[in-house]
Amino acid sequence: MVILWTDALIFLLLGLMLVLGLYLHQKEYMKRPLQQIGRSKVAMVSLVVLFFFMLVGLLDSVHFKSAKSNDIVSLLDVWATPLREQGEKTYSAPFAVYLYSKEMMTQADGTQQWGYPRLQFGGAHLTDPEAQQTSDITEKALYGFAQGAGLVIFFLFLLWSVLLEQHKPFMNSSSAKAAWAMVFLIVSVNYALIYLSGYYHVFGTDKVGEDVFYQAIKSIRTGLVIGTLTTLIMLPMAIIFGILAGFFRGWVDDVIQYVYTTLNSIPSVLLIAASILMVQVYMANHEEAYTSVIVRADMRLLFLCLILGVTSWTGLCRLLRAETLKLREMEYVQAAQALGVRRRVILLRHILPNVMHIVLISVVLDFSSLVLAEAVLSYINIGVDPTTYSWGNMINGARLEMAREPIVWWSLSAAFVFMFALVLAANLFADTVRDAFDPRRGGYE
Amino acid sequence: MIQYIIRRFLYAFPLLMGVNILTFVLFFIVNSPDDMARMQLGQKHVTEQAVTNWKQQRGYDLPLLWNAKADGEEKLTQTIFYQKSVGLFLFRFGVSDSGRNIAADIAQRMWPSLAVALPSLIVGLLVNISFALMMVLFRQTYLERSGMVLCVILMSVSSLFYIIGGQFFIGKLLKLVPISGYDSGLSAVKFLILPVLIGVCSGIGSGVRWYRTLFLEEVEKDYVRTARAKGLSENQTLFRHVLQNAMIPILTGVVVVLPLLFMGSLIMESFFSIPGLGSYTIDAINSQDFAIVRAMVFLGSVLYVIGLLLTDISYTLVDPRVRLS
Amino acid sequence: MNKPVLTIEHLSVTFNQQQKVVDDISFEIFSGETFALVGESGSGKSITALSVLRLLPNNARLTAAAISLHGDNLLHRSEFELCKIRGSRIGMIFQDPMSSLNPVMTIGSQIEEVINLHFSLSRQATQQRVLELLQQVEIPEPEKRMKDYPHQLSGGQRQRVMIAIALAGEPDLLIADEPTTSLDVTIQAQILALLKTIQQQTNMALWLISHDLALVSNLADRVAVMQRGKIVETGITAEFFSHPQHPYTQKLLDALPSMQSCFTHNVEQKPPLLQVRDFSCHYPIRKGIFKRVVDYVKAVDGVSFDIQQGKTLALVGESGCGKTTLGKSLLNLIPASGGRVIINGIELSRLDGEELRQQRAHIQIVFQDPFSSMNPRMLVGDIVAEGIKALHPKISSDDRKARVALLLQQVGLPEDSALRYPHEFSGGQRQRICIARVLAVDPKLIVCDEPTSALDVSVQAQIIQLLKTLQQEKGVSYLFITHDLAVVAEVADEVAVMYQGKIIEHGPVAQVLSRPAQAYTKKLLAAVPVLQTENPKITA
Repeated sequence: MVILWTDALIFLLLGLMLVLGLYLHQKEYMKRPLQQIGRSKVAMVSLVVLFFFMLVGLLDSVHFKSAKSNDIVSLLDVWATPLREQGEKTYSAPFAVYLYSKEMMTQADGTQQWGYPRLQFGGAHLTDPEAQQTSDITEKALYGFAQGAGLVIFFLFLLWSVLLEQHKPFMNSSSAKAAWAMVFLIVSVNYALIYLSGYYHVFGTDKVGEDVFYQAIKSIRTGLVIGTLTTLIMLPMAIIFGILAGFFRGWVDDVIQYVYTTLNSIPSVLLIAASILMVQVYMANHEEAYTSVIVRADMRLLFLCLILGVTSWTGLCRLLRAETLKLREMEYVQAAQALGVRRRVILLRHILPNVMHIVLISVVLDFSSLVLAEAVLSYINIGVDPTTYSWGNMINGARLEMAREPIVWWSLSAAFVFMFALVLAANLFADTVRDAFDPRRGGYE
Repeated sequence: MIQYIIRRFLYAFPLLMGVNILTFVLFFIVNSPDDMARMQLGQKHVTEQAVTNWKQQRGYDLPLLWNAKADGEEKLTQTIFYQKSVGLFLFRFGVSDSGRNIAADIAQRMWPSLAVALPSLIVGLLVNISFALMMVLFRQTYLERSGMVLCVILMSVSSLFYIIGGQFFIGKLLKLVPISGYDSGLSAVKFLILPVLIGVCSGIGSGVRWYRTLFLEEVEKDYVRTARAKGLSENQTLFRHVLQNAMIPILTGVVVVLPLLFMGSLIMESFFSIPGLGSYTIDAINSQDFAIVRAMVFLGSVLYVIGLLLTDISYTLVDPRVRLS
Repeated sequence: MNKPVLTIEHLSVTFNQQQKVVDDISFEIFSGETFALVGESGSGKSITALSVLRLLPNNARLTAAAISLHGDNLLHRSEFELCKIRGSRIGMIFQDPMSSLNPVMTIGSQIEEVINLHFSLSRQATQQRVLELLQQVEIPEPEKRMKDYPHQLSGGQRQRVMIAIALAGEPDLLIADEPTTSLDVTIQAQILALLKTIQQQTNMALWLISHDLALVSNLADRVAVMQRGKIVETGITAEFFSHPQHPYTQKLLDALPSMQSCFTHNVEQKPPLLQVRDFSCHYPIRKGIFKRVVDYVKAVDGVSFDIQQGKTLALVGESGCGKTTLGKSLLNLIPASGGRVIINGIELSRLDGEELRQQRAHIQIVFQDPFSSMNPRMLVGDIVAEGIKALHPKISSDDRKARVALLLQQVGLPEDSALRYPHEFSGGQRQRICIARVLAVDPKLIVCDEPTSALDVSVQAQIIQLLKTLQQEKGVSYLFITHDLAVVAEVADEVAVMYQGKIIEHGPVAQVLSRPAQAYTKKLLAAVPVLQTENPKITA
């Protein structure tokens, strides 16, 4: 087992979320918002999509040294081995059988011909590409789809028979049905795609012949890491400073306001850029600590999350300070003071639980903007390491090649589709969460 | 009110000092000038002499904070801190690592930035507010709900795709306007159409949602009920009363970004080859030119602080409750 | 007999297809008369008024046989036609004038807007009309005031502007929805007199919505009572108040505190529990670039009084007089700037930090708003136990639970309350929880800051009764802060009248209320609406 820094933090975060979830699950004041989320079809469908993305990300986060090549690989890599190892020489279109660019080919009879060579792996099993291709693809797609569909239906039957009576009504509700429909769709389509990728390059290949589908899937982890780890780093600072500034006011408030105004006035891109430059220089001068390419890239990813966290806590801090100022004047806080409750107990028992909804909404909303930001940062070369798989790097690489005729569109589209799916699901889920926790729409406060 | 402005103005100085110190720490303490020199000259096989030369050429051969070898006040002034960071206050940006005068470059390049950013802001504002008003007019109908879904979808697409897609479809396929580039004077207009259009489109999703929230907050207030009881129709109430009140947070929100328009959008300028301050910054980052990056950081902070000041002033001007209290 | 201006037949309003907020009501209003619709909160009176104007929110469903204005059924009118009727044939004024006026428009332009909507006059004529209206509602210096913004006027003046706006359309019917509830009692009297004058001048119908029965008995010709969406009784005022028929009306009338009860208190003297000497709360006013202190706002200015053991001192005054500031600063929730507070021999004003915390048990406070005085995320049991945990940490968890159960029983709440959340209880029950919370630490003095002002009148009577019972059983003293003189008569043994930070009159309740010495006290007493059972009208 090789444990990279980011892997460790991801699993730590997962553990924390589970613990928090179990703790809050029983609390009465969480029940109503959670039920509201549970009843919303949009939320459940988005949650399913997010769940699958997370699954892929987690699989990709378990690393170990491969026996074959002495590289560091992850579980996902092992599962996607055919995709990883069946690379071509250069570009090829999705489902193509021929290479994108022309080459000098040596024929069987020794003559040289200038034409499109056959791909090494994509469609290699076809004897007569023109005729067979479409039917072969359709056949294989249906087969894969059927496999996936069968799996889901089997699983559903199993679940239905095992499930206790009390949970059955929940399963019957419209949102649960929508969620299961989504599960069905995702699993079947993905099964089809995965089955097909054994025979074709489903999304084509990029400049160095690497399968684009593989790249897109590997990029999921990068996006997730940036979206979640940054939050892990940002939350403690924002919560502590925001609440302290709002509650104690006076010089504490002045100092904290000064700090976050100063941080805010530096343009964030520049601050991130300057910090990444510093990290690069530091890493260049301390070569020995970074043994392999993967470890180095991972450290750079970690530093990126750190820097993003440090530059983005100010927004939430400001919100929490404003809310704490309001809460401080609430009569139940004054009542607690009158009853002789100590200040730190007031903070923990009265202030903190009543600002958690702002924290939750902020976390879920920021996730999508962080994923989008990663793409932009990679474009300016202050994002992740160029060797890391990320959608930003895919777009960057593709963009430089857009001038080619005919245009190489598949890398860009793959990155677009995956990124769009993740961000859209996150945004839709965030909207529902915000509506559920908004104190004005609820019956509380 | 003047006193209020003066007080806020005085507050700007410790802020800028803080920014200065922060950037100084970031640039010089994490990595010493030696490290920077080594990186600029290439990692290995770098002689001490080459490093010293490089540092001397750029004025990095002085001590960081305190020069024990000099006399009198020069103990403080003959240091990197004084020469490089304090000089920023006087807008002495100095010379870039490649030898150009930074101040002159900035003065020249800020106009193209403004030429892209200002129309984007204004057109974007008009479009967003109009759509948001329409949403509020048709609130709780299917039109609004589908509009909101559309907004979420638009918001979930990365701005990079808008740019690349826009450049491809409009520039390449339809060949309506040039994809990138810039020209001086009025002929710049044809180069600006695409960036402004794409800038507006990529901001519609989140902008409409934000303004809709503002408007809805106002619509739920009591004076709207009074206006309806007077006999005003839904439309009249929206346009006369709600819009007037909502303009206060909208206006102050716009004012705060006005100074920052000079800094330009890094992405836009880079993709569309606009010679503004944004692309200036990106080039500096790519070539790791610390002098320029420092200067831009300071400039950005100054503009942000000016923005804060303008916001406070505009609040007192626009909101009668603040103006006449 | 004149024909009815407004006729409502079988009106029902349902929210979200489930809640019936208004349930099949019918009544008529005649021109020149004042019709009052009374009821407690949630009875549906405001919704009825909004239904006439069809200004209900989107999730409300309205069904009625007819809503007729001078015989013309409004239900058949389109929205466009209804806009012509709103503001010109029917005018409406609302409860809170500060939020009901557009904060960024001058009051002159807000009145002008109505005139421009419904009449076509020249600019000159419009301006003239605005001035006339401002004069009619008795706003001094109307030419100057026209250019002012709402926040520059006082509460009473804003309500006058609202009346001017409603009158600008020359309506046949004026609906007044709790027009004086958020105003001080002296201003209230003025506004009501104004409404009466205007009604007599213009012969328009006035539909008054209120929860204050005493006020209504002085003003209205006919009264209707609503309970949970139904009208339970209608009648002419004199009959209505002298011989109420329906049990609900009787219950409401019985629950009203009466000024006569001030004579029923025990006048025996007891030793002093609390002694306050020369107590002040001054807020600094800072001006200038460096925010130097130029002056002080004297919220509480050199106040001295005693409270005897087991007795109640009522602190009355209008808004802004400093009574709440005084109450809170006695507990050091607001810092005091001078004076001494001595309770049971311990000088609280000298204590600080941890020492002060230990002595907190002696004085406690019950707040006005039962909705914001409890943490919505805590269980009731934890809320009540909070003080015990903080001040007596050595008591075991089981003992604490037992004590909480006992307290809840003493304030009249069911046993399982400890495991529920505050939002599951009604306003009155929540106030009981707050009282239980306060009793948990065994205080000697409880400051009650308008504890019943946010409650319905029937609930108010119950809470007052509870407080009295607790005083008899435990011998606790109260500092009862209120603006309602009738409640003072019920509750207090002694009264102190506050005005602009000073106590201007102090004495036994019977004496102060029946033979006031100060002019201000006399003014206050004169303004209090007294339930008229014989002669229903006051003349303007």
